[in-house]
Amino acid sequence: MVARGSFLGAVGMLDRKMLRDFVGMRIQAIAIALVIAGGVSVQLLSSGLVTSLEETRRAYYERNLMADVWAPVVRAPKGEIEDLRQIAGVQALEGRLRFGIRIDLPASQDSVLGEIISIPETHAPSVNRLHVSLGRLPASGRPNEAVILKRFAEAHRIGLGDQISFIVRGREVQVMVTGLVMSPEHVYAIAPGELVPDERRYGVLWMNERALSELAGWEGAFNEAVLRLSREASVPSVLGRLDSELAAYGAAGAYDRKDHVSDAFVTSEVDQLRTLGRVVPPVFLGVGAVLVYVVISRLVMVQRPAIGLLKAYGYSDREVLMHFLKLVGLIGALGLLAGVLLGIWFGREMAQLYIRYYDFPFLLFRAAAMDYLVVGAVSALSVLGAGLLAVRASVALNPADAMTPPPPPDYSKAAGMAVTRARWIDQQTRMILRQIIRWPGRALVTVGGIAASLALLVSVLVMMDGMERMIASYFGEANRYDAVATFTEARGPTALHDMRRTPGVMAAEPFRIVTAILRSGPATERVALIATAPGSQLSRLIDASGRDVQPPPAGLILSEDLAQKLNTGPGKTIELEMTEGRRPHVSVEVVALARTYLGSAALMDIGQLNRLMGEGSVISGAYLLTDAAGEDRLRTELVEAPGIATVSFLAPSEDRLRALMDENIGVSLTVFALFAAMIALGVVYNSVRISFTERQRELASLRVLGFSKVAVSYILLGEVALLMLVALPLGLGAGCLLSMYFAEAMGSELFRLPLAFEPATMAAASLIVIGVVILSGLIVRQRIDTIDLVEALKSA
Amino acid sequence: MHQTVRENGPLACFEVRGLRRVYGKGPAAVEALRGVDIEIPERELVVILGASGSGKSTFLNIVGGLDQATEGKVLFRGVDLSAASSSELTEYRRRHVGFVFQFYNLMPSLTAWENVALITEIADAPLTPQDALALVGLSDRMDHFPAQLSGGEQQRVAIARAVAKQPTVMLCDEPTGALDSATGVKVLEALLEVNRSIGATTLIITHNAGVAEIADRVVVFADGRVRETRVNPAPISPSDVTW
Repeated sequence: MVARGSFLGAVGMLDRKMLRDFVGMRIQAIAIALVIAGGVSVQLLSSGLVTSLEETRRAYYERNLMADVWAPVVRAPKGEIEDLRQIAGVQALEGRLRFGIRIDLPASQDSVLGEIISIPETHAPSVNRLHVSLGRLPASGRPNEAVILKRFAEAHRIGLGDQISFIVRGREVQVMVTGLVMSPEHVYAIAPGELVPDERRYGVLWMNERALSELAGWEGAFNEAVLRLSREASVPSVLGRLDSELAAYGAAGAYDRKDHVSDAFVTSEVDQLRTLGRVVPPVFLGVGAVLVYVVISRLVMVQRPAIGLLKAYGYSDREVLMHFLKLVGLIGALGLLAGVLLGIWFGREMAQLYIRYYDFPFLLFRAAAMDYLVVGAVSALSVLGAGLLAVRASVALNPADAMTPPPPPDYSKAAGMAVTRARWIDQQTRMILRQIIRWPGRALVTVGGIAASLALLVSVLVMMDGMERMIASYFGEANRYDAVATFTEARGPTALHDMRRTPGVMAAEPFRIVTAILRSGPATERVALIATAPGSQLSRLIDASGRDVQPPPAGLILSEDLAQKLNTGPGKTIELEMTEGRRPHVSVEVVALARTYLGSAALMDIGQLNRLMGEGSVISGAYLLTDAAGEDRLRTELVEAPGIATVSFLAPSEDRLRALMDENIGVSLTVFALFAAMIALGVVYNSVRISFTERQRELASLRVLGFSKVAVSYILLGEVALLMLVALPLGLGAGCLLSMYFAEAMGSELFRLPLAFEPATMAAASLIVIGVVILSGLIVRQRIDTIDLVEALKSA
Repeated sequence: MHQTVRENGPLACFEVRGLRRVYGKGPAAVEALRGVDIEIPERELVVILGASGSGKSTFLNIVGGLDQATEGKVLFRGVDLSAASSSELTEYRRRHVGFVFQFYNLMPSLTAWENVALITEIADAPLTPQDALALVGLSDRMDHFPAQLSGGEQQRVAIARAVAKQPTVMLCDEPTGALDSATGVKVLEALLEVNRSIGATTLIITHNAGVAEIADRVVVFADGRVRETRVNPAPISPSDVTW
């Protein structure tokens, strides 16, 4: 008490009044502050995470000289490297060896697939430098040393000095681990054909170039060029030059970062965060500003006599205005502070989650000063603006007018009263209807707030459903195989028979995969062209109406997103350039479109592709249906079989994908759902609370006249219930529109969110909002129980 | 409610014994009623006089079921109001009491007709709103909202609202307090008319000693007690009241 007294003693009388007003309206103030906090925290979270991810990525790439372009070839002589370095725009270029390997794990009997990459022995690489977390790089002249991807090492408890054996190009090799490393190319370290990184199932090793080339029998050659470009370089022209220079060496087609899987995943994440930051905070801050306007208008109305008195005693308009703006500022500052703290906390949590999937050496949530400045300015502007609007008119009143109570509200003037004249309506309902018609602005605020909250909630839940449908479509409808195996190189028909005879394999369907470039007019897309046999059941494409699309005897099937990017469609012809083998160029007709949610697809008949390639009847791998009981044995067997490049089981992929969705996206969506409920609570509580204050005398009179608490509550809460009924369809509609926007904006090269408007979801979202409305109503309802009947009759 | 049956004579409308009402506790306690004993017979028009703070409004509030006594008994037709629960008091107000307030307390969003209908919808054997409004001379203003009516008209709507349920008692707290004399006369005439036509026991609180002339009985409050009760042998007409 002493502290409070001395604190109050230090502030002026108007400020004391302001503080006491604030304490008096604390619950309303907190409800508004929470809504503002919601907007501020989402804004700070998204902009801060975007800044953190981009800054971290930029710094990491810059420090470790991340490549701009990758140019894989079958085999090229090292002599070519100097020529390639002369291409205009190339700042640095390294030729390296990169092979698929099978790693035999020391601890378990298990084997996993991975890759090994060469590092220059005589100089530090000018592209793609490794980040050594522990230990050192292989020493020069020590052919039996290697470094290993830190995550993989940790997952298998591999430490410095441990021996690892692996098989590269048919030779078994044993090396000693000298370092655990991270690589800018492997931020999202994902095995070919997988959707989510799995550090247990995919390992990457690096060895000195001489040692690796000797092991593989590739002295004097390289199979991949990695480049950094100068700032002014033209990417398409560099890619074109590389492809033509390397064509003779089996160039599969050079590509830049946007086609680099690891980087594309990070970019997709950043884009999603941006979308979130664009849509969600304005809704919160808008609602917050409207609430400030409504609540402060009401407060000013109640305090009209006090304003008149202050002015009569000589306080200036400006002083009175500042008095109220300070109150608004206090609410805004509370919201801002809570939002910033919430945003930072949430940002740190999210950064922790990201680091589990994105392998950066560090990832600190650190919003830029600009991010803070923006949230501060935007929330101050909206809140103080709304406050000013609410206060201005009353402050300008002359003192005598202000001290006279405002005239009783005249209900006769409101348009639309006729509809409330119907005799069959009971008087309480009539009062509710007229209240709404008389103050349409307020009704609009309540309806708008409830609808906005519902819309956010719907969009969030629809996104979750969309993810569920995406997963169900990919794993349930399109890909019904249990495992997929690819060969190190295309093999003849006996390979399929071998596969079918492997114990544990119940069925196998062949596929051929060739990298190709699709051209249609000026648009070009790099794709992995897949070819399957007619009647394939294990991996299918599904069209928009849910039917499976079989590869046609001639022509091509494209996924809708690819068709859109290439501006083509069924019946149109596009150019197809294979970037393997004899590199045939042909024109093919697009015969049908398919709908894929994860990745893109270009599909043709395996016979047709083999004829085009002219390599005979060969396959690249097989989709397998396996016996669940023998899955572990089968995995080991396939991994250890010669000539198998990758083996991927679908069930663990699905589990990993679901875990990622649940952890990363699920957590944030849950928080947004809570925030959405906060809007409803803020709006409805404030609206009912104001209505109660204004009509306290009316409600007390009704109690005196013999109306029960329930009947009186009906008049107060019936209004908000009715407005809620109006808001529900509006909110559902707006939620669907917002979902469409999110689905469009969140989609990327990697995935597209299907729109799934499930009635159950709509009902769930509506029920949550209805629950929040009831809760807010009940909080105010308590006041009806304690209403002072006598007091209400004393005043005019 | 506890039934108490009087041993002799007809039931009074109200029988009040040793009524005390203390607000607050300890040194800040204020004793608004310090032991009131009074009987009010059925059908009478009673005017209650007294200075501000004399306890007359507190008395009316307790008798009307809006407030509860600290001590003592209030019997309404033999039923003890001081022992009634909140919902029993609500029921009592709904069935038996017609209130008229100084500031009318009409619902601004309802027309005159609708304000009356608000009560007739929950009453047992009500008049029609038309009849109730005719009784106070407002047949031609039924479709007007409170904001479109003068103070006197609003108060007459309030009287019509009170009377429409055919109450057993009419409780009026300063019904003419906010009105000029000409309007005040009309309101008193309306109250008298209601008292005569439906036979409701009517209690009117007023500052205005002149109003007492229209009453069957006058009760004077002072310092939380009844200082004087007198029967008026020849009540005069409201139009003859000196303001």
